[in-house]
Amino acid sequence: MRETTPTEDLLRGIWKENPVLVQLLGLCPALAVTNTVPNSLAMGLATFFVLVGSSFLVSLVKSWIPAEVRISAYILIIATFVTIADFVLAAVVPLIHKELGAFIALIVVNCMILGRQEAFASKRPVGRSILDAAGSGAGFMIALLMMGTFREILGSGSIMGHSLFGENFEPWIVMILPPGGFLTLGSILLVFGWWKERKAETIRVRQWPHGVASGEEAA
Amino acid sequence: MKELPTIPAEGRDPDDTATGGGPPVPPQVASSKLIATLAIAGALAGLVIVLVFQWADPQIQAHREAALRAAVLEVLNGPASYRSLYVTPDGLVEKLPEGSDTVTAEKVFLGFDASGAPAGYAVTGAEPGFQDVIQLIFGYDVDSGRLLGMKVLESKETPGLGDKIIKDMNFVNGFQGVSAPIVGVKQGAGTGSENEVDMITGATISSRAVIGIINHRLEALGPALTEHEPGPAPQAPPVATADSSAGAGGDEGS
Repeated sequence: MRETTPTEDLLRGIWKENPVLVQLLGLCPALAVTNTVPNSLAMGLATFFVLVGSSFLVSLVKSWIPAEVRISAYILIIATFVTIADFVLAAVVPLIHKELGAFIALIVVNCMILGRQEAFASKRPVGRSILDAAGSGAGFMIALLMMGTFREILGSGSIMGHSLFGENFEPWIVMILPPGGFLTLGSILLVFGWWKERKAETIRVRQWPHGVASGEEAA
Repeated sequence: MKELPTIPAEGRDPDDTATGGGPPVPPQVASSKLIATLAIAGALAGLVIVLVFQWADPQIQAHREAALRAAVLEVLNGPASYRSLYVTPDGLVEKLPEGSDTVTAEKVFLGFDASGAPAGYAVTGAEPGFQDVIQLIFGYDVDSGRLLGMKVLESKETPGLGDKIIKDMNFVNGFQGVSAPIVGVKQGAGTGSENEVDMITGATISSRAVIGIINHRLEALGPALTEHEPGPAPQAPPVATADSSAGAGGDEGS
């Protein structure tokens, strides 16, 4: 694996390897709780906290964990942070905690989080692991907020609970129901894929006279 | 890395390294070391969770109580005060016999208006709705046999359809002044009878569940409520505690 710079570690998860939009990880919460912006934000923040906390701790104790039980140990660490997030949300923002319901506890099985521990935090220094986790966590939050904004505007005709279109707007109820989650994610992925394709095409065309070899890296 | 890592994560097969990406596996580690590692990690995790819980629990309880108090005040149309009564086989009592669990005991709430006269009972109930159990509270006036109001405390009904049992104010307000037992009717199909509530189009099951909960609770508790002799109103707004009789100053006397 090529060595990465700290900036790359941070930015990679936000855009180029966005957990939801590129790696298609953590889709369960991304589909389930993004029916409003506040819910998306709370889920994004909770996941961010769990991811950064677990990456920090896993990276810190990685040399003490025997390889045979590493996955169990990671899950234990992740589950502890999730329980903390669950209690804190219930104590500080009970209404949002009620809305998110079981999905807070299900952050434990968000494979994006375990994936970052296994692929990154268990092999890298603490500082890099935190950067990587912060990047992925932010990328996850951005993806959730994109979906939440889209679905709340169309499905409830509001943003952050503030009505946008007045009384005459008939909300598309389907957008806040589960099918709306799939439609939204599909549409976002479509736009994303089209945009990436177009960018790759542009780069190929621009580099064409100078040879094909450099095209691969740029794409 | 796709969904694969979650499979060994359940701890069924910790030796399986076929998913790849992990650090190289050393030849053999004593199982005692593996067990010790997980035991220590588990103990530390438990300790941290207990500490956080001790901080969070009072606040969570406070939120729950505040929500219940607000709901009681709402379904009794803002009484000046209210007191909790425990439901026992012998009727409603203010204090449970020694040794009973006051936290899990079934409770109803008796409201009093500004002049100290009883202003109705708030009763909670829970039954399955369309998705999950619906928990609600309703106010009931024994003398007239009419409902004072209804509020859903907790439900996971379908957003946009079933959750209208909370958000559709026509439905919610329809319970004010309706006489029990309640009959749910399709919108516009009512005969003008005093025990009819318009159900929500598209949320028939949820509406029916709400009406069912109220009817069943009144069936079960009706005699106890009728027989109960309301004592005098609590003196001066008492400080609410977890299980003693709680009261709160209403903003508007009924």
